[in-house]
Amino acid sequence: MTQSLALNRDLEAFVRRDAEGLGRLELLVSGARCAACISKIEKAVREVPGVDAARLNLTTGKLAVQLRGREADPGLVVETVEGLGYRACLFDPGEANAAQDREGKELAVALGVAGFGAGNVMMFTVPAWAGIFGQELNGSTLTLMYWMAAIVATPCALFAGRPFFRSAWASLKRGKANMDVPISIGVILTLIVSFSETILRGQHAYFDAAVTLLFLLLIGRYLDHRLRASARSAARDLLALQTPVAMRLIDGAEQGVPVAEVKIGDLLVVAPGDRIPVDGLVERGQSEIDNALITGETALSPVGVGAKLHAGALNLSGRLVMSVTARSEDSTLAAIARLMEAGAQTRSAYVRLADKAAALYVPVVHTAAALTFVGGWAFGLGPREALLRAAAVLIVTCPCALGLAVPAVQIAASSRLFRKGVLVKSGAALERLSEADHVVFDKTGVLTEGRPKLIDAPAHLVAMAAPLARASRHPLAKALAAEAGLGLVATDCVETAGQGVEGLIDGRRARLGRAAFVGVTGGDVRETELWFGFEDSVKIRFVFEDRPRADAAETIARLRGMGLSVEILSGDLAGPVRDIAKAVGVDHWRAGLTPFDKAAIVESLKAEGRKVLMVGDGLNDAAALAKAHASMAPGAAVDAAQNAADLVFTGEGLDTVVVAIDTAVEARRRAMENFGFSALYNLVATPAAMAGLINPFIAALAMAGSSMVVLLNAARPRISWRRR
Amino acid sequence: MNIVLLLAPMSIGLGAMGLFAFFWTMKSGQYEDPKGDAERILYDHLDDKPPV
Repeated sequence: MTQSLALNRDLEAFVRRDAEGLGRLELLVSGARCAACISKIEKAVREVPGVDAARLNLTTGKLAVQLRGREADPGLVVETVEGLGYRACLFDPGEANAAQDREGKELAVALGVAGFGAGNVMMFTVPAWAGIFGQELNGSTLTLMYWMAAIVATPCALFAGRPFFRSAWASLKRGKANMDVPISIGVILTLIVSFSETILRGQHAYFDAAVTLLFLLLIGRYLDHRLRASARSAARDLLALQTPVAMRLIDGAEQGVPVAEVKIGDLLVVAPGDRIPVDGLVERGQSEIDNALITGETALSPVGVGAKLHAGALNLSGRLVMSVTARSEDSTLAAIARLMEAGAQTRSAYVRLADKAAALYVPVVHTAAALTFVGGWAFGLGPREALLRAAAVLIVTCPCALGLAVPAVQIAASSRLFRKGVLVKSGAALERLSEADHVVFDKTGVLTEGRPKLIDAPAHLVAMAAPLARASRHPLAKALAAEAGLGLVATDCVETAGQGVEGLIDGRRARLGRAAFVGVTGGDVRETELWFGFEDSVKIRFVFEDRPRADAAETIARLRGMGLSVEILSGDLAGPVRDIAKAVGVDHWRAGLTPFDKAAIVESLKAEGRKVLMVGDGLNDAAALAKAHASMAPGAAVDAAQNAADLVFTGEGLDTVVVAIDTAVEARRRAMENFGFSALYNLVATPAAMAGLINPFIAALAMAGSSMVVLLNAARPRISWRRR
Repeated sequence: MNIVLLLAPMSIGLGAMGLFAFFWTMKSGQYEDPKGDAERILYDHLDDKPPV
């Protein structure tokens, strides 16, 4: 059945064609792990008519397919891969992807050049150090060595330093000084002083220091970038798997288009089990809609012709044809989006730890260097010696350790979290997370599993209804079938959208569905119940409930143990919220909130001085997520929530929230340790430089040594007795 | 000491060759899929050339 579905879907919009009509298609494939997978997938896809070549990238999970002409069907390619047992979806890589890659490439090239420079310049400076210890390398030979070092180091340092120079310049233009300012000043001044010393045939030139400093810093920066890029692309892939394609109806045929290309007035087809791609009205069909991600409500709402549909809601039981009333960017979500933007702005005003340190460090060190120069001259050292000492101050205090202090820790922490299934989208997110003192949870989909589960039903009744339940796609029926396990399926099944399913069990006609459909009248009708009965027989009621995640109560207890207060903000009705709050042990809860209420509550908590961590998955949480001091969203959340959140956690457990906070706090502690070490190092090195005790050999040793200490402290495994 | 004038450019030249080799590997996409390359090299029927 899925085969035929795929065949009348026209997915040409995802094919990028060049001038000669050759097409290129990208698929995101999950589940491929080894050479056997590569060979299976590539071989099968190459056999699809019209496919020229297929290449699977095992690292990123992207399958690049080259199409010969128009005869190839992208839908068939997807079907082929899915037929092999892998999940596949069409991927529309945006512009952001390419920009990311450019930055990474630039850093890699700079790193390569700096590495080349650092390695080769040592060829000349290591012999030069011999002169410092009174051996024969002196006079003109020393100057020759320095000139050679200058020829290698200067172009390398100027080229490899570009990322730092650019960022420093941008920061200075805004009237601030970030960590790149002292780095840039240090490198440029070192080069200038070294040149003047070489020309004046002096003893002390620091060409190696300039380029080695950049090499060490670029290693940190490149690793940081790589990790961030992989976390972001993993987050993007999660979203791509969620709402891959909108099916546009044109002259009775379905055509797949990227959601961004949908226009107002288009007719879209939404199959049961798919998410509503954009806001719209039902034109044809009947179904039930799960709005849990939009409003937080657990009850399903039946829809018919003319009903409003919200982007992100899940279509459950029937095929719907809808007309688009708003594109994804300017739907009813516009107000939420505006709130999110405002939240993001206040967030960008957050001053990062490293920049705080730089704000302290830059004036102190530069004043010390200036004082050394002025003081040295005044006390009769002569301008040349005074300048050399001032430069030595800048070089030994050169913020190598300081520049690595935070990134090194964050790389270690983020990759630890990445392995545990938590994607950290920015470095600042970890810093903000470590400061959180109040946790706000959304209920549906965060504290609960977000899907109904059968409660209090005797096994023999479940087994009786199971054959019909197995034939249905309805989530409540699926939950019933899951409870019963594998077994017989009813025959002659007919499913009526929004009503129920009818079929034959052992030759007896039976119905499963809403009360009225099964033939029960009167009584209070609830959305989270199913009725079952054979024709002319007793009717049985099954009640379902959204259960809390298995580790929700434990997670909340552990958060409390860490000294954080916990609160639930939900858009659902008071009853279910109270039950869940009681089950997981939370005293403070509020129910029936609109998205704007949630954002306002977070805002007022902020005004009270609380640092709020918001954990939410729905569209109704997106604004609050953006406003909160730090935010997390599960991998199953709507894209708006995932975009607004700093961290995205995958997997079933809620304990990742505790792990993430714990790691962030630990990372902050390590960063502070690194700052402490850098300060200590500078406290010793600065007076030594002022007194003229530093020579190029000692400078090189001190720089490499302090960076190593900082890196090792970041990478050391956690000492477990500290906190059990 | 004159030998330095010959040896120094030679060693820098060798270093530069290494640097350009690195640029070439990067440009030809050899770092695009480290996991896949590790598998591809083991089997004859898999295409182990860098992607175009």
